[in-house]
Amino acid sequence: MVPLSHYLIFSAILFSIGVLGVLVRRNAIVVFMCVEIMLNAVNISLIAFDRYMNQHDGQIFSFMVMCVAAAEVSVGLAIVISLFRNKATVNLDEINLMKW
Amino acid sequence: MGLLSIGLALGVVLNKSPIGSAVCLIGMMLGLAGVFVLMQAHFLAILQVIVYAGAIMVLFMFVIMLLNLKGDDKAWKIRDNNLWLTGFTGLLVMGVLYKIIEKITEVDFDSPAAVPDNFGTVANVGTSLFTDFVLPFEVASILLLAAMVGAVVLAKTKVD
Repeated sequence: MVPLSHYLIFSAILFSIGVLGVLVRRNAIVVFMCVEIMLNAVNISLIAFDRYMNQHDGQIFSFMVMCVAAAEVSVGLAIVISLFRNKATVNLDEINLMKW
Repeated sequence: MGLLSIGLALGVVLNKSPIGSAVCLIGMMLGLAGVFVLMQAHFLAILQVIVYAGAIMVLFMFVIMLLNLKGDDKAWKIRDNNLWLTGFTGLLVMGVLYKIIEKITEVDFDSPAAVPDNFGTVANVGTSLFTDFVLPFEVASILLLAAMVGAVVLAKTKVD
């Protein structure tokens, strides 16, 4: 029986890797993937707490997180495609349309 | 299983080509599905494989193919110039991570209550999804519909 704290540490490590990826990488698609890693890390801790408290509210919650992730990815990738059509790059340093 | 997932997540961040990152991410999703099974959340594990490793990753692959991206050599060159900045960012994140782990290990969680056999089955989760959580469920469906329409509108080519 794995204690809850191990799951939480695992989740924290995955989340930090995701944050690091978002901060360090400059490819828009890879940044999206790192956002997915972060969402998954949160799912792990939700389900771990869920199992710890012996309820299934947390599973419903992580189900909703998955829905939002799917919606976010579809819209985000559509934005990336239309950006690529306009600027022919997915490098976030070169996308400065909103710079004042 | 957890170590495999962490390694593959590092692979996502460190891989030079987007395709390599995507393959690592698929492996990570499957590893996490394994972790969910070990936590007896079978329904979520199945969803993880179908939605993440299936649908979302196909979408990623599709966009990478569509945009015909090469490895972003230029971005990595900029990164090499800013190596100390990258290292500093990593150090900062590691510091936060260390603090979190310290806090977690401080708390002493007692061993969890015994889990019933039907924990995390489709029947169990589905029952509460359609009784206590009907409204969030419907809102999620509307959100998905809106996202679908939005994606089509954003990505369509201008015809006229």
